[in-house]
Amino acid sequence: MIHQYKLGGYNIVLDICSGSVHAVDDIAYDIIAMFESAAKTDILRTVGEKYIGTAIDGETVTAADIEECYDAVVSLRDAGKLFTPDTYESMAGELKQKTAGVVKALCLHIAHTCNLNCSYCFASQGKYSGERGVMSFEVGRRALDFLIENSGTRHNLEVDFFGGEPLLNFDVVKQLVAYARSIEKQHNKNFRFTLTTNGMLIDDDVIDFANRECVNVVLSLDGRREIHDRFRVDYAGNGSWERIVPKFQKLVAARGGKDYYMRGTFTHANPDFLEDIKVMLDLGFTELSMEPVVCAPGDSAELTADDMVIVKEQYEKLAELMLERRREGRPFTFYHYMIDLKGGPCIYKRISGCGSGTEYMAVTPWGDLYPCHQFVGDEKFKLGNVFDGVSNTAIQSEFAECNVYAREDCRDCWARLYCSGGCAANAYHATGSVTGVYRSGCELFKKRMECAIMLEVAKEFEECE
Amino acid sequence: MKHIKTVETKNLCTKNGGCGECQTSCQSACKTSCGIANQKCENKSKK
Repeated sequence: MIHQYKLGGYNIVLDICSGSVHAVDDIAYDIIAMFESAAKTDILRTVGEKYIGTAIDGETVTAADIEECYDAVVSLRDAGKLFTPDTYESMAGELKQKTAGVVKALCLHIAHTCNLNCSYCFASQGKYSGERGVMSFEVGRRALDFLIENSGTRHNLEVDFFGGEPLLNFDVVKQLVAYARSIEKQHNKNFRFTLTTNGMLIDDDVIDFANRECVNVVLSLDGRREIHDRFRVDYAGNGSWERIVPKFQKLVAARGGKDYYMRGTFTHANPDFLEDIKVMLDLGFTELSMEPVVCAPGDSAELTADDMVIVKEQYEKLAELMLERRREGRPFTFYHYMIDLKGGPCIYKRISGCGSGTEYMAVTPWGDLYPCHQFVGDEKFKLGNVFDGVSNTAIQSEFAECNVYAREDCRDCWARLYCSGGCAANAYHATGSVTGVYRSGCELFKKRMECAIMLEVAKEFEECE
Repeated sequence: MKHIKTVETKNLCTKNGGCGECQTSCQSACKTSCGIANQKCENKSKK
Protein backbone atom coordinates (compact mmCIF):
# COMPACT_ATOMS: atom_id res chain seq x y z
CA MET A 1 0.00 0.00 0.00
CA ILE A 2 1.11 3.53 -0.73
CA HIS A 3 -0.17 6.93 0.32
CA GLN A 4 0.38 10.00 -1.85
CA TYR A 5 -0.16 13.62 -0.90
CA LYS A 6 0.99 17.13 -1.71
CA LEU A 7 1.96 19.46 1.09
CA GLY A 8 4.37 22.30 1.70
CA GLY A 9 5.41 22.33 -1.96
CA TYR A 10 6.41 18.66 -1.90
CA ASN A 11 4.89 15.62 -3.61
CA ILE A 12 5.22 12.88 -1.03
CA VAL A 13 4.78 9.14 -1.44
CA LEU A 14 4.75 6.83 1.55
CA ASP A 15 5.28 3.12 1.13
CA ILE A 16 3.38 1.98 4.15
CA CYS A 17 4.76 -1.47 4.82
CA SER A 18 8.43 -0.72 4.25
CA GLY A 19 8.19 2.67 5.95
CA SER A 20 9.88 4.28 2.94
CA VAL A 21 9.30 7.95 2.23
CA HIS A 22 9.83 9.40 -1.22
CA ALA A 23 9.73 12.99 -2.43
CA VAL A 24 8.88 12.89 -6.12
CA ASP A 25 8.30 15.21 -9.06
CA ASP A 26 4.94 15.52 -10.80
CA ILE A 27 5.80 12.87 -13.39
CA ALA A 28 6.71 10.25 -10.79
CA TYR A 29 3.69 11.25 -8.71
CA ASP A 30 1.35 10.49 -11.61
CA ILE A 31 3.15 7.30 -12.63
CA ILE A 32 2.97 5.96 -9.08
CA ALA A 33 -0.72 6.84 -8.86
CA MET A 34 -1.45 4.70 -11.95
CA PHE A 35 1.17 2.02 -11.42
CA GLU A 36 -0.94 -0.72 -9.88
CA SER A 37 -4.05 -0.19 -11.95
CA ALA A 38 -2.78 0.37 -15.51
CA ALA A 39 -0.43 -1.25 -18.01
CA LYS A 40 2.97 0.27 -18.71
CA THR A 41 1.98 1.43 -22.21
CA ASP A 42 -1.14 3.15 -20.88
CA ILE A 43 0.84 4.86 -18.13
CA LEU A 44 3.55 6.08 -20.51
CA ARG A 45 0.95 7.37 -22.95
CA THR A 46 -1.21 9.14 -20.35
CA VAL A 47 1.69 10.69 -18.46
CA GLY A 48 3.47 11.50 -21.73
CA GLU A 49 0.45 13.38 -23.07
CA LYS A 50 0.44 15.48 -19.94
CA TYR A 51 4.14 16.27 -19.57
CA ILE A 52 6.16 15.78 -22.82
CA GLY A 53 7.24 19.20 -24.03
CA THR A 54 6.55 20.92 -20.72
CA ALA A 55 9.32 22.26 -18.52
CA ILE A 56 10.09 20.82 -15.10
CA ASP A 57 12.89 22.43 -13.09
CA GLY A 58 14.00 24.27 -16.24
CA GLU A 59 14.30 21.10 -18.34
CA THR A 60 11.98 20.11 -21.19
CA VAL A 61 10.43 16.73 -20.55
CA THR A 62 10.97 14.04 -23.21
CA ALA A 63 9.47 10.59 -23.77
CA ALA A 64 12.77 9.16 -22.52
CA ASP A 65 12.34 11.05 -19.24
CA ILE A 66 8.92 9.48 -18.72
CA GLU A 67 10.23 5.99 -19.41
CA GLU A 68 13.26 6.56 -17.18
CA CYS A 69 10.94 7.63 -14.39
CA TYR A 70 8.76 4.57 -14.90
CA ASP A 71 11.85 2.37 -14.63
CA ALA A 72 12.86 4.13 -11.41
CA VAL A 73 9.46 3.27 -9.93
CA VAL A 74 9.91 -0.37 -10.99
CA SER A 75 13.35 -0.41 -9.34
CA LEU A 76 11.95 0.92 -6.08
CA ARG A 77 9.20 -1.67 -6.14
CA ASP A 78 11.76 -4.43 -6.76
CA ALA A 79 13.91 -3.07 -3.93
CA GLY A 80 10.96 -3.31 -1.51
CA LYS A 81 10.48 0.44 -1.22
CA LEU A 82 7.23 0.86 -3.12
CA PHE A 83 4.03 -1.19 -3.16
CA THR A 84 5.42 -3.45 -0.44
CA PRO A 85 2.82 -6.00 0.63
CA ASP A 86 1.71 -6.24 4.25
CA THR A 87 3.23 -9.42 5.64
CA TYR A 88 3.08 -8.42 9.30
CA GLU A 89 -0.28 -9.75 10.45
CA SER A 90 1.08 -13.04 11.77
CA MET A 91 3.50 -11.07 13.94
CA ALA A 92 0.76 -8.95 15.50
CA GLY A 93 0.34 -10.84 18.75
CA GLU A 94 3.97 -11.94 19.01
CA LEU A 95 5.44 -9.09 20.98
CA LYS A 96 2.55 -9.06 23.43
CA GLN A 97 2.72 -12.83 23.83
CA LYS A 98 6.44 -12.69 24.41
CA THR A 99 6.02 -10.00 27.02
CA ALA A 100 2.74 -11.26 28.48
CA GLY A 101 2.49 -10.31 32.12
CA VAL A 102 5.24 -7.72 31.85
CA VAL A 103 4.27 -4.28 33.11
CA LYS A 104 6.60 -1.42 32.37
CA ALA A 105 4.61 1.71 33.04
CA LEU A 106 2.12 2.92 35.59
CA CYS A 107 0.06 6.06 35.69
CA LEU A 108 -0.26 6.82 39.38
CA HIS A 109 -3.40 8.75 40.21
CA ILE A 110 -1.82 10.50 43.13
CA ALA A 111 -4.83 12.72 43.72
CA HIS A 112 -8.41 12.26 42.60
CA THR A 113 -9.10 15.84 43.35
CA CYS A 114 -8.15 19.12 41.78
CA ASN A 115 -7.75 22.76 42.65
CA LEU A 116 -9.17 23.73 39.27
CA ASN A 117 -12.68 23.08 38.04
CA CYS A 118 -12.28 22.70 34.28
CA SER A 119 -15.61 21.71 32.75
CA TYR A 120 -13.96 19.98 29.77
CA CYS A 121 -11.84 17.67 31.97
CA PHE A 122 -12.08 14.04 30.85
CA ALA A 123 -11.32 13.15 34.47
CA SER A 124 -14.42 15.01 35.72
CA GLN A 125 -12.38 17.58 37.66
CA GLY A 126 -10.14 14.81 38.95
CA LYS A 127 -12.89 12.67 40.45
CA TYR A 128 -13.17 10.20 37.57
CA SER A 129 -16.87 9.70 38.29
CA GLY A 130 -16.07 8.64 41.84
CA GLU A 131 -15.13 9.99 45.21
CA ARG A 132 -12.39 12.50 45.84
CA GLY A 133 -9.29 11.05 47.46
CA VAL A 134 -5.53 11.03 47.53
CA MET A 135 -3.10 8.13 47.31
CA SER A 136 -1.38 7.14 50.54
CA PHE A 137 2.33 6.42 50.60
CA GLU A 138 1.52 2.78 51.42
CA VAL A 139 -0.62 2.33 48.30
CA GLY A 140 1.94 4.15 46.15
CA ARG A 141 4.80 2.09 47.54
CA ARG A 142 2.88 -1.10 46.84
CA ALA A 143 2.24 0.15 43.27
CA LEU A 144 5.99 0.65 42.74
CA ASP A 145 6.71 -2.81 44.19
CA PHE A 146 4.01 -4.25 41.92
CA LEU A 147 5.69 -2.60 38.95
CA ILE A 148 9.11 -3.99 39.82
CA GLU A 149 7.71 -7.45 40.53
CA ASN A 150 5.92 -7.54 37.18
CA SER A 151 8.50 -5.85 34.97
CA GLY A 152 10.48 -8.94 34.02
CA THR A 153 13.78 -7.99 32.43
CA ARG A 154 12.64 -4.45 31.51
CA HIS A 155 15.21 -1.98 32.73
CA ASN A 156 13.39 1.31 32.19
CA LEU A 157 10.20 1.70 34.20
CA GLU A 158 7.94 4.66 33.58
CA VAL A 159 5.81 6.24 36.26
CA ASP A 160 3.51 9.21 35.74
CA PHE A 161 2.32 11.29 38.64
CA PHE A 162 -1.13 12.15 37.43
CA GLY A 163 -4.44 13.27 38.77
CA GLY A 164 -6.52 15.30 39.29
CA GLU A 165 -3.73 17.52 40.41
CA PRO A 166 -0.79 15.49 41.76
CA LEU A 167 0.76 18.44 43.57
CA LEU A 168 -2.20 18.36 45.97
CA ASN A 169 -0.44 15.26 47.32
CA PHE A 170 3.14 16.39 46.73
CA ASP A 171 4.57 14.94 49.94
CA VAL A 172 3.58 11.45 48.83
CA VAL A 173 5.03 12.12 45.38
CA LYS A 174 8.36 12.99 46.98
CA GLN A 175 8.24 10.00 49.32
CA LEU A 176 7.51 7.65 46.42
CA VAL A 177 10.39 8.96 44.36
CA ALA A 178 12.72 8.58 47.32
CA TYR A 179 11.48 5.03 47.82
CA ALA A 180 11.93 4.17 44.13
CA ARG A 181 15.44 5.58 44.10
CA SER A 182 16.29 3.54 47.20
CA ILE A 183 15.38 0.23 45.55
CA GLU A 184 15.93 0.66 41.81
CA LYS A 185 19.60 -0.30 41.72
CA GLN A 186 19.20 -3.52 43.67
CA HIS A 187 16.56 -4.57 41.15
CA ASN A 188 18.56 -3.32 38.14
CA LYS A 189 15.81 -0.89 37.20
CA ASN A 190 15.74 2.73 36.17
CA PHE A 191 12.64 4.69 37.15
CA ARG A 192 11.65 7.50 34.84
CA PHE A 193 9.19 9.86 36.44
CA THR A 194 6.84 12.26 34.74
CA LEU A 195 4.72 14.89 36.45
CA THR A 196 1.59 16.33 34.90
CA THR A 197 0.42 19.51 36.60
CA ASN A 198 -1.91 22.45 36.18
CA GLY A 199 0.78 24.66 37.73
CA MET A 200 -1.25 26.19 40.54
CA LEU A 201 0.99 24.81 43.30
CA ILE A 202 4.37 25.14 41.61
CA ASP A 203 6.92 26.71 43.93
CA ASP A 204 10.70 26.52 44.31
CA ASP A 205 10.46 23.17 46.05
CA VAL A 206 8.41 21.70 43.20
CA ILE A 207 10.74 23.21 40.60
CA ASP A 208 13.78 21.76 42.30
CA PHE A 209 12.12 18.36 42.64
CA ALA A 210 10.78 18.24 39.09
CA ASN A 211 14.06 19.28 37.55
CA ARG A 212 16.03 16.80 39.62
CA GLU A 213 13.76 13.76 39.45
CA CYS A 214 11.43 13.98 36.46
CA VAL A 215 12.54 13.13 32.94
CA ASN A 216 9.55 15.06 31.74
CA VAL A 217 7.00 17.49 33.10
CA VAL A 218 3.73 18.17 31.38
CA LEU A 219 2.39 21.64 32.06
CA SER A 220 -1.23 22.39 31.24
CA LEU A 221 -1.74 25.67 29.42
CA ASP A 222 -4.31 26.28 26.71
CA GLY A 223 -2.56 29.24 25.12
CA ARG A 224 -4.41 32.55 24.84
CA ARG A 225 -5.46 33.90 28.17
CA GLU A 226 -9.13 34.18 27.24
CA ILE A 227 -9.15 30.64 25.85
CA HIS A 228 -7.36 29.20 28.87
CA ASP A 229 -9.55 31.04 31.35
CA ARG A 230 -12.74 29.98 29.62
CA PHE A 231 -12.35 26.42 30.96
CA ARG A 232 -9.39 26.38 33.35
CA VAL A 233 -10.95 28.13 36.32
CA ASP A 234 -10.80 27.64 40.07
CA TYR A 235 -13.83 26.77 42.16
CA ALA A 236 -14.67 30.46 42.50
CA GLY A 237 -14.77 30.68 38.72
CA ASN A 238 -11.59 32.72 38.40
CA GLY A 239 -9.26 32.00 35.51
CA SER A 240 -5.85 30.52 36.32
CA TRP A 241 -3.73 31.88 33.43
CA GLU A 242 -2.24 34.81 35.28
CA ARG A 243 -1.29 32.69 38.27
CA ILE A 244 0.31 29.78 36.44
CA VAL A 245 2.18 31.34 33.53
CA PRO A 246 4.96 32.94 35.64
CA LYS A 247 5.35 29.65 37.53
CA PHE A 248 5.67 27.70 34.29
CA GLN A 249 8.21 30.20 32.98
CA LYS A 250 10.28 29.86 36.12
CA LEU A 251 10.15 26.07 36.05
CA VAL A 252 11.08 25.84 32.37
CA ALA A 253 13.92 28.37 32.77
CA ALA A 254 15.36 26.21 35.53
CA ARG A 255 14.90 22.97 33.63
CA GLY A 256 18.31 23.14 31.99
CA GLY A 257 17.32 21.54 28.73
CA LYS A 258 15.46 18.59 30.25
CA ASP A 259 12.22 17.63 28.54
CA TYR A 260 8.95 19.34 29.23
CA TYR A 261 5.73 19.85 27.34
CA MET A 262 3.48 22.82 27.44
CA ARG A 263 0.29 20.91 26.81
CA GLY A 264 -2.94 22.52 25.81
CA THR A 265 -6.37 21.33 24.82
CA PHE A 266 -8.33 22.84 21.99
CA THR A 267 -12.10 22.69 21.84
CA HIS A 268 -15.01 24.18 19.92
CA ALA A 269 -13.94 27.48 21.52
CA ASN A 270 -10.56 27.50 19.75
CA PRO A 271 -10.31 25.34 16.65
CA ASP A 272 -7.89 28.08 15.51
CA PHE A 273 -5.42 26.68 18.01
CA LEU A 274 -2.37 27.95 16.12
CA GLU A 275 -3.07 31.27 17.79
CA ASP A 276 -2.60 29.53 21.12
CA ILE A 277 0.63 27.95 19.96
CA LYS A 278 1.86 31.43 19.02
CA VAL A 279 1.04 32.72 22.49
CA MET A 280 3.01 29.85 24.03
CA LEU A 281 5.96 30.74 21.80
CA ASP A 282 5.69 34.41 22.75
CA LEU A 283 5.81 33.37 26.40
CA GLY A 284 9.13 31.64 25.71
CA PHE A 285 7.97 28.02 25.59
CA THR A 286 9.30 25.86 22.76
CA GLU A 287 8.26 22.27 23.61
CA LEU A 288 4.59 22.27 22.77
CA SER A 289 1.61 20.00 22.50
CA MET A 290 -1.99 20.87 21.73
CA GLU A 291 -4.55 18.10 21.91
CA PRO A 292 -8.08 17.92 20.54
CA VAL A 293 -10.59 17.77 23.38
CA VAL A 294 -11.94 14.35 24.27
CA CYS A 295 -15.45 14.73 25.62
CA ALA A 296 -18.90 13.19 25.55
CA PRO A 297 -20.87 13.57 22.32
CA GLY A 298 -22.99 16.70 22.50
CA ASP A 299 -20.75 18.43 25.04
CA SER A 300 -20.44 22.16 24.29
CA ALA A 301 -16.66 21.75 24.00
CA GLU A 302 -16.96 19.09 21.28
CA LEU A 303 -15.37 19.88 17.92
CA THR A 304 -17.99 20.19 15.17
CA ALA A 305 -17.60 19.13 11.54
CA ASP A 306 -16.88 22.77 10.66
CA ASP A 307 -14.27 22.91 13.43
CA MET A 308 -12.57 19.82 12.02
CA VAL A 309 -12.02 21.60 8.69
CA ILE A 310 -10.43 24.52 10.52
CA VAL A 311 -8.31 22.24 12.71
CA LYS A 312 -6.88 20.42 9.70
CA GLU A 313 -5.96 23.75 8.11
CA GLN A 314 -4.38 24.79 11.39
CA TYR A 315 -2.21 21.67 11.43
CA GLU A 316 -0.89 22.60 7.98
CA LYS A 317 -0.29 26.20 9.00
CA LEU A 318 1.47 24.97 12.12
CA ALA A 319 3.82 22.89 9.97
CA GLU A 320 4.50 25.97 7.81
CA LEU A 321 5.27 28.01 10.92
CA MET A 322 7.65 25.32 12.14
CA LEU A 323 9.43 25.31 8.79
CA GLU A 324 9.70 29.09 8.85
CA ARG A 325 11.03 29.20 12.42
CA ARG A 326 13.46 26.35 11.78
CA ARG A 327 14.89 28.25 8.82
CA GLU A 328 15.19 31.36 10.98
CA GLY A 329 17.11 29.41 13.64
CA ARG A 330 14.21 29.66 16.11
CA PRO A 331 12.89 26.10 16.07
CA PHE A 332 10.24 24.68 18.34
CA THR A 333 8.83 21.22 18.72
CA PHE A 334 5.27 20.03 18.51
CA TYR A 335 4.72 16.70 20.18
CA HIS A 336 2.74 15.13 17.36
CA TYR A 337 5.19 16.27 14.70
CA MET A 338 8.11 14.55 16.35
CA ILE A 339 8.85 11.63 14.11
CA ASP A 340 12.18 9.92 13.73
CA LEU A 341 12.12 8.25 10.34
CA LYS A 342 15.57 6.75 10.82
CA GLY A 343 15.20 5.53 14.39
CA GLY A 344 11.52 5.27 15.27
CA PRO A 345 9.67 2.25 16.61
CA CYS A 346 10.20 -1.23 15.17
CA ILE A 347 7.47 -3.14 13.39
CA TYR A 348 6.56 -5.08 16.53
CA LYS A 349 5.79 -1.86 18.33
CA ARG A 350 3.91 -0.49 15.34
CA ILE A 351 1.49 -3.39 15.20
CA SER A 352 1.12 -4.05 18.91
CA GLY A 353 -1.22 -1.28 19.88
CA CYS A 354 -0.65 1.18 22.66
CA GLY A 355 0.02 -1.27 25.50
CA SER A 356 -2.85 -0.16 27.72
CA GLY A 357 -4.12 -2.88 30.01
CA THR A 358 -1.03 -4.99 29.57
CA GLU A 359 2.27 -3.14 29.81
CA TYR A 360 0.65 0.11 30.91
CA MET A 361 -1.96 0.51 33.64
CA ALA A 362 -3.41 3.25 35.78
CA VAL A 363 -3.56 3.00 39.57
CA THR A 364 -6.28 4.78 41.52
CA PRO A 365 -5.62 6.41 44.92
CA TRP A 366 -6.99 3.20 46.48
CA GLY A 367 -4.71 0.89 44.50
CA ASP A 368 -7.19 -0.33 41.90
CA LEU A 369 -5.76 -1.13 38.48
CA TYR A 370 -7.36 0.03 35.23
CA PRO A 371 -6.18 -0.43 31.63
CA CYS A 372 -5.30 3.26 31.40
CA HIS A 373 -6.13 6.61 32.95
CA GLN A 374 -9.06 7.11 30.56
CA PHE A 375 -10.83 3.97 31.82
CA VAL A 376 -10.51 4.86 35.49
CA GLY A 377 -13.89 5.07 37.17
CA ASP A 378 -15.58 2.68 34.74
CA GLU A 379 -15.99 -0.26 37.10
CA LYS A 380 -16.32 -2.91 34.41
CA PHE A 381 -12.77 -2.16 33.28
CA LYS A 382 -11.27 -2.65 36.73
CA LEU A 383 -8.45 -5.16 36.26
CA GLY A 384 -7.60 -5.83 39.89
CA ASN A 385 -5.44 -4.04 42.39
CA VAL A 386 -1.79 -3.56 43.25
CA PHE A 387 -2.10 -5.83 46.30
CA ASP A 388 -3.51 -8.91 44.62
CA GLY A 389 -2.53 -8.23 41.02
CA VAL A 390 -4.68 -8.57 37.92
CA SER A 391 -7.76 -10.68 38.54
CA ASN A 392 -10.01 -9.61 35.68
CA THR A 393 -8.19 -11.62 33.04
CA ALA A 394 -11.14 -11.47 30.65
CA ILE A 395 -10.81 -7.71 30.31
CA GLN A 396 -7.04 -7.88 30.21
CA SER A 397 -7.26 -10.39 27.35
CA GLU A 398 -9.39 -7.93 25.38
CA PHE A 399 -6.57 -5.42 25.66
CA ALA A 400 -3.87 -8.01 24.97
CA GLU A 401 -5.61 -8.90 21.73
CA CYS A 402 -6.15 -5.28 20.80
CA ASN A 403 -3.72 -4.58 17.97
CA VAL A 404 -3.85 -2.88 14.62
CA TYR A 405 -5.10 -6.01 12.84
CA ALA A 406 -7.88 -6.48 15.40
CA ARG A 407 -9.56 -3.39 13.96
CA GLU A 408 -11.20 -4.20 10.65
CA ASP A 409 -11.36 -0.54 9.67
CA CYS A 410 -7.61 -0.12 10.10
CA ARG A 411 -6.63 -2.81 7.61
CA ASP A 412 -6.94 -0.52 4.61
CA CYS A 413 -5.71 2.62 6.32
CA TRP A 414 -2.37 4.03 5.25
CA ALA A 415 -1.69 5.40 8.74
CA ARG A 416 -2.02 2.08 10.58
CA LEU A 417 1.71 1.61 11.15
CA TYR A 418 2.01 5.16 12.48
CA CYS A 419 -0.86 4.98 14.97
CA SER A 420 -0.93 1.25 15.73
CA GLY A 421 -4.70 1.30 15.77
CA GLY A 422 -5.09 4.36 17.95
CA CYS A 423 -6.44 4.91 21.42
CA ALA A 424 -8.54 2.10 22.93
CA ALA A 425 -10.30 4.50 25.28
CA ASN A 426 -11.31 6.88 22.52
CA ALA A 427 -12.45 3.89 20.46
CA TYR A 428 -14.51 2.57 23.36
CA HIS A 429 -16.12 5.89 24.14
CA ALA A 430 -16.96 6.48 20.48
CA THR A 431 -18.13 3.00 19.52
CA GLY A 432 -18.63 0.90 22.65
CA SER A 433 -15.71 -1.35 21.73
CA VAL A 434 -11.99 -1.08 22.44
CA THR A 435 -11.41 -2.44 18.95
CA GLY A 436 -13.68 0.16 17.38
CA VAL A 437 -12.46 3.22 15.53
CA TYR A 438 -12.70 6.83 16.74
CA ARG A 439 -13.13 8.37 13.31
CA SER A 440 -12.61 12.04 14.05
CA GLY A 441 -9.45 11.13 15.96
CA CYS A 442 -8.27 9.18 12.89
CA GLU A 443 -8.89 12.13 10.60
CA LEU A 444 -6.78 14.42 12.74
CA PHE A 445 -4.10 11.82 13.30
CA LYS A 446 -3.66 11.32 9.57
CA LYS A 447 -3.37 15.04 8.98
CA ARG A 448 -0.75 15.29 11.72
CA MET A 449 1.27 12.45 10.21
CA GLU A 450 1.19 14.06 6.76
CA CYS A 451 2.50 17.28 8.30
CA ALA A 452 5.12 15.54 10.42
CA ILE A 453 6.50 13.59 7.47
CA MET A 454 6.48 16.69 5.27
CA LEU A 455 8.64 18.45 7.87
CA GLU A 456 11.12 15.56 7.71
CA VAL A 457 11.14 15.66 3.91
CA ALA A 458 11.76 19.41 4.03
CA LYS A 459 14.63 18.85 6.47
CA GLU A 460 16.19 16.37 4.03
CA PHE A 461 16.07 18.97 1.25
CA GLU A 462 17.40 21.71 3.54
CA GLU A 463 20.34 19.53 4.52
CA CYS A 464 21.15 18.96 0.84
CA GLU A 465 21.20 22.69 0.09
CA MET B 1 16.23 14.50 -14.65
CA LYS B 2 15.96 13.22 -11.06
CA HIS B 3 12.38 12.23 -10.42
CA ILE B 4 12.49 10.58 -7.02
CA LYS B 5 14.38 11.39 -3.86
CA THR B 6 14.11 8.68 -1.23
CA VAL B 7 14.44 9.83 2.36
CA GLU B 8 16.48 7.53 4.57
CA THR B 9 14.15 5.58 6.83
CA LYS B 10 14.39 2.75 9.28
CA ASN B 11 13.94 -0.75 7.93
CA LEU B 12 10.76 -1.66 9.76
CA CYS B 13 11.14 -5.38 9.59
CA THR B 14 13.56 -6.08 12.43
CA LYS B 15 14.08 -9.75 13.08
CA ASN B 16 14.61 -9.71 16.82
CA GLY B 17 10.96 -9.56 17.79
CA GLY B 18 11.14 -6.20 19.51
CA CYS B 19 12.89 -5.66 22.81
CA GLY B 20 10.06 -3.73 24.48
CA GLU B 21 12.31 -1.18 26.20
CA CYS B 22 10.59 1.75 24.49
CA GLN B 23 8.11 4.01 26.24
CA THR B 24 4.49 2.99 26.32
CA SER B 25 2.44 4.97 23.87
CA CYS B 26 0.50 7.22 26.16
CA GLN B 27 3.21 7.91 28.67
CA SER B 28 4.31 11.35 27.65
CA ALA B 29 2.53 14.46 26.55
CA CYS B 30 -0.72 13.46 24.98
CA LYS B 31 -2.73 11.26 27.34
CA THR B 32 -5.73 11.50 25.06
CA SER B 33 -4.73 10.83 21.46
CA CYS B 34 -1.77 8.53 21.29
CA GLY B 35 0.09 7.19 18.33
CA ILE B 36 3.38 5.39 18.15
CA ALA B 37 5.07 7.28 15.33
CA ASN B 38 6.73 9.81 17.60
CA GLN B 39 8.31 7.29 19.92
CA LYS B 40 11.96 6.48 20.07
CA CYS B 41 13.45 3.03 19.66
CA GLU B 42 15.45 2.25 22.79
CA ASN B 43 16.93 -1.04 21.69
CA LYS B 44 20.57 -0.70 22.69
CA SER B 45 21.60 -3.79 20.73
CA LYS B 46 19.89 -2.83 17.50
CA LYS B 47 21.73 -3.56 14.33
